Amino acid sequence: MEQVIMNKLGYPILSTLIFLPVVGALLLIFINRSRELWIKWIALIFSTATFILSLPLFTHFDKTTYKMQFVERYEWIPAWNINYYLGIDGISVLLVLLTTLSSILCILISWNAIKIKIKEFYISILLTCGAIGGVFCSLDFFLFYIFWEAMLIPMYLIIGVWGGPNRIYATMKFILYTLIGSVLMLVGIIYLYLYAGNTFDILELMQKSYPYQVQFWLFWAFFSAFAVKVPMFPVHTWLPDAHTEAPTAGSVILAAILIKMGAYGFLRFSLPLFPEASKAMVPFIFVLSVIAIIYAGLVCLVQKDLKRLIAYSSVSHMGFVTLGIFALNSQGVEGGILQMINHGVVTGALFLCVGVIYERTHSRQIADYGGLATPMPVYATFFMVFTLAAVGFPGTNGFIGEFLIILGGFTANKWAGVLAATGVIIGAAYMLWLYQKVFFMKVNPKVINIPDMDAREIITLTPLVILVLWIGIYPVPFLDFMHPTVQHLLERVNAGGIQETTIAKTIMEVVK
Amino acid sequence: MELYVLIPFLPLAAFVINILFGKRYIKDQAHWFSCLAIIGSFVISVITLIDVIGGRVIDKDLYTWIISGDFKVSVGFLVDQLTVVMLFVVTGVGSLIHIYSIGYMHGDKGYYRFFAYLSLFVFFMLLLVMGNNFLLLYVGWEGVGLCSYFLIGFWFEKRAAADAGKKAFIVNRFGDFGFALGIIMIFLTFGTIQYAPVFSQVKGVIGQTVNFLGFEVDLITLIALLLFCGAVGKSAQIPLHVWLPDAMEGPTPVSALIHAATMVTAGVFMVARCNPIFNPSEVAMNVVAITGAVTSLFAATIAMTQNDIKRVIAYSTVSHLGMMFTACGVGAYAAGIFHLYTHAFFKALLFLAAGSVIHAVHHNDIQRMGGLRKYLPITYATMFIAALSAGGVPGFAGFFSKDEILWSTFASGSPVGMLVWILITAVAFFTPFYSFRMIFLAFHGKFRGTHHEEHHLHESPKVMTIPLMLLAAGALGAGWIGIPALLGGSAQFTHFLEPVVGHPELHGTHADEWGIMGLSTTIAVSGIIIAAIMYLIKTGVPLILARRFSFIYRTLFNKYYVDELYHFIIIKPALWIAYGFIERFTDAKIIEGIVNGVPRTIGKFSEILRKIQTGFVYHYAIIMAAGILFIAALFLL
Repeated sequence: MEQVIMNKLGYPILSTLIFLPVVGALLLIFINRSRELWIKWIALIFSTATFILSLPLFTHFDKTTYKMQFVERYEWIPAWNINYYLGIDGISVLLVLLTTLSSILCILISWNAIKIKIKEFYISILLTCGAIGGVFCSLDFFLFYIFWEAMLIPMYLIIGVWGGPNRIYATMKFILYTLIGSVLMLVGIIYLYLYAGNTFDILELMQKSYPYQVQFWLFWAFFSAFAVKVPMFPVHTWLPDAHTEAPTAGSVILAAILIKMGAYGFLRFSLPLFPEASKAMVPFIFVLSVIAIIYAGLVCLVQKDLKRLIAYSSVSHMGFVTLGIFALNSQGVEGGILQMINHGVVTGALFLCVGVIYERTHSRQIADYGGLATPMPVYATFFMVFTLAAVGFPGTNGFIGEFLIILGGFTANKWAGVLAATGVIIGAAYMLWLYQKVFFMKVNPKVINIPDMDAREIITLTPLVILVLWIGIYPVPFLDFMHPTVQHLLERVNAGGIQETTIAKTIMEVVK
Repeated sequence: MELYVLIPFLPLAAFVINILFGKRYIKDQAHWFSCLAIIGSFVISVITLIDVIGGRVIDKDLYTWIISGDFKVSVGFLVDQLTVVMLFVVTGVGSLIHIYSIGYMHGDKGYYRFFAYLSLFVFFMLLLVMGNNFLLLYVGWEGVGLCSYFLIGFWFEKRAAADAGKKAFIVNRFGDFGFALGIIMIFLTFGTIQYAPVFSQVKGVIGQTVNFLGFEVDLITLIALLLFCGAVGKSAQIPLHVWLPDAMEGPTPVSALIHAATMVTAGVFMVARCNPIFNPSEVAMNVVAITGAVTSLFAATIAMTQNDIKRVIAYSTVSHLGMMFTACGVGAYAAGIFHLYTHAFFKALLFLAAGSVIHAVHHNDIQRMGGLRKYLPITYATMFIAALSAGGVPGFAGFFSKDEILWSTFASGSPVGMLVWILITAVAFFTPFYSFRMIFLAFHGKFRGTHHEEHHLHESPKVMTIPLMLLAAGALGAGWIGIPALLGGSAQFTHFLEPVVGHPELHGTHADEWGIMGLSTTIAVSGIIIAAIMYLIKTGVPLILARRFSFIYRTLFNKYYVDELYHFIIIKPALWIAYGFIERFTDAKIIEGIVNGVPRTIGKFSEILRKIQTGFVYHYAIIMAAGILFIAALFLL
């Protein structure tokens, strides 16, 4: 077992961050539902404890190796060679930390916003965050798939129970979209299991190489699951509906961590397992990414609903992520990973911000606001910081990610780089337009006496402001996590002798 | 840590203090932090200037900023001759504008916010001129753009102000798009984006071509032109000039600091800084020269017809910036920077004096002013000096720099040089004409406003007039360190910059140089005289001319309809594609049609199938019997 580094901390850190929230959820079941404050505090304490206990990942991570770290491995179902196998590397470590941080923020922002079925709400939040943590840590396909699907159930409830007026449609759409993709991935996983000699061990599967034909079909099976989650054009339309209808905490989970599962899947599975197929698909992914960047950006220009606008901007930003990942050079991939974190922080923060005013006015319509900078100067300042990060302003985290991605994309394909860069212009246009409509000009009479942010809301958003500036001004500690892992990944992908082929050629080969 | 590192960080500290504690605690004392910070930076800049004059050039990294694969960039500073000139302008003129703002912004409810933004702006501007690599330049570049956005939209309750701020930011993004691609091309070509190693490697790639989006183009030309895109945006040259006049919605000190003395000159600074990249490409140089000269003339003609006092000055700024680019385009970078430096004084002064006027009359329309010299004697005198300097009247600062540009273009010996010389010689007529049109309309004749307004006319307080007087001294004397050898000077300014920007080859005799100088002086003086005739003596003439040549007048008055053109070819189509096509058609009809259509079809199909699942045994029995008959029939036949 020299290819992984076992967990050397005094406690099983990865299991803790997956199951401590679950324990919290179980405990909540036994609390009387009339004790609302108890319920909230228990949820908050468990999520905070999870976050604190996950911090050694940041401090004790070995940044010099690509190997899996903090590994835990136990036999689970020996008959089918299924193991309870967890571990993280440079791709997943920051996502795991982002997950544990997000759950605290989700609980804080829901403190007063959720008024019905409080107990069930916090149970759902804790379970979702635990399961998503599991997705990022699993090194066994069976375990991975369980977490991947388990996360859907509480998420389905969060949107379907605590969502807006059109929540049933939105949540059904969300579930069906993602399930259809996942089922194809399940077929792929089973095929791999049988093909490689009865193993679900992801690292073991990565050691093998597969004929191009096999890679091709499996690539598409996995692609269908990941593309929906990202979401890539043209399977993105569930996201605006889900975001619009979800309660604030649901939107934050969606934006900050859930849609990262797709991009994570490309990095963890598609690239190392199917390197030749991935390389052959680069032009195709580039086209989809660039379309997502520009298309979704343009749609943002005409949105009337705050959350819908930010949802579409997510599609645009995730286009940058997929572009960077498939640039297949270190700037692109590292920029892509960093942009996943950035997008989680920034878009999560923007949804939190929308939650702040939605709680006061119960309106998501941009036209219902205006001149907010006058009654809510503190809020306006926070929103400005996140707006700047969203438009990739230098000094914020968004700049580092977007710049590396455009650099990587341009290196791989000049057209992709140039077109992606136009997304930056569109981004500035719609974000500043939004900011002007909401914060500048005459104060809308509807919001003239609106109170500014309170201490709880400031505490919720402050860590995100710190991250925005920290990653923007001194990103090296974050990029350092990735170097060995990304290097190793790229070596594996680029080792294959097949040159880049065009889509048409590939399809012709397969048809033959 | 050395002293020079503090230059940008003092204003940053002032920003942090003001933005965090301004609203609750500091309030109307906010100017202390900002003013002390920039004056501190000015003092250190002067010390650094003396160091550099002594022959010390600094190029040092502070820390590694980004590292990914073979891409590595640090936060580090380069302080050489060009940098210190910029530092001197930014902190020197900036300090005076800060002090003036104490009076101008007095009593505004966003007082602390104003000074916070001002300090943040100065920080980014100093970062821009001090960075030792392209990415740091880009950071400063975007940073000043952001502060400009904040400050133009400072009175954000006003729709026009909020619109103008947004317009400035987005128009600049178009330029920055090219700029960013240029930086990426530099990295791909040279493997680094630090100035020193990039510039030293330029020689190795001259003549190489590269495939860019399907076109085979010269590598250096491509890089130079991409970088120039950024300069066109920031320095408001054609076709991205449209944001600057609108930017006048901001408070006047902002116009003086950002839209005259510092930020808008960043493009000129960048071209001068990158002279090793521009020099080898004749195409790029010609583009720079022609863009500059055409913009210069274009803006000068518009300035003649505008009635908003600040817009007249704004177009004048565009015009002068064009002239600086013209100089750079013929290789006379030092002349361009020299004009940048003198322009900072007289243009900041014009703006601040205009601010003093607005402070008194509370509007910007020069047609509703008149006779103000009685009430605002100091403002009048200083603005008069500024106009003489801007118009290029001999002895004043603007004369020496403008003359050097005219001479450099004429003597460059190329056809493009001749062409741009003709264009900016024409500008030399318009500049004094519109400057003095403005002065005569505002300060001479009778007051044309209401009685109520006349009653409130007053000279501005000392905290505003003293900076005016100091700037007037600059507008008069700042050029004396660059007096050409022809007039008995030693052109110290140009020689000082030579290590960084080199010097152009000039072909011409002393007689030519005298001739050029005499011609431009004659033209400038005639501009003033014609303005005097039209606006002092025969005041009916402008109206007659406007009627007679109404097409030309309307075109100029409406700024050649460029804003309207952009509205129809960019904004409207973009919104139409977004709304009419994507939002309502592709997303709503095609994708959602499939997404919602598939389940609906399945549902309909199931409905039909359901109909035969009746649950009655005799239905099933009949179908079974029919089936048996059918199969039997198949076998039998």
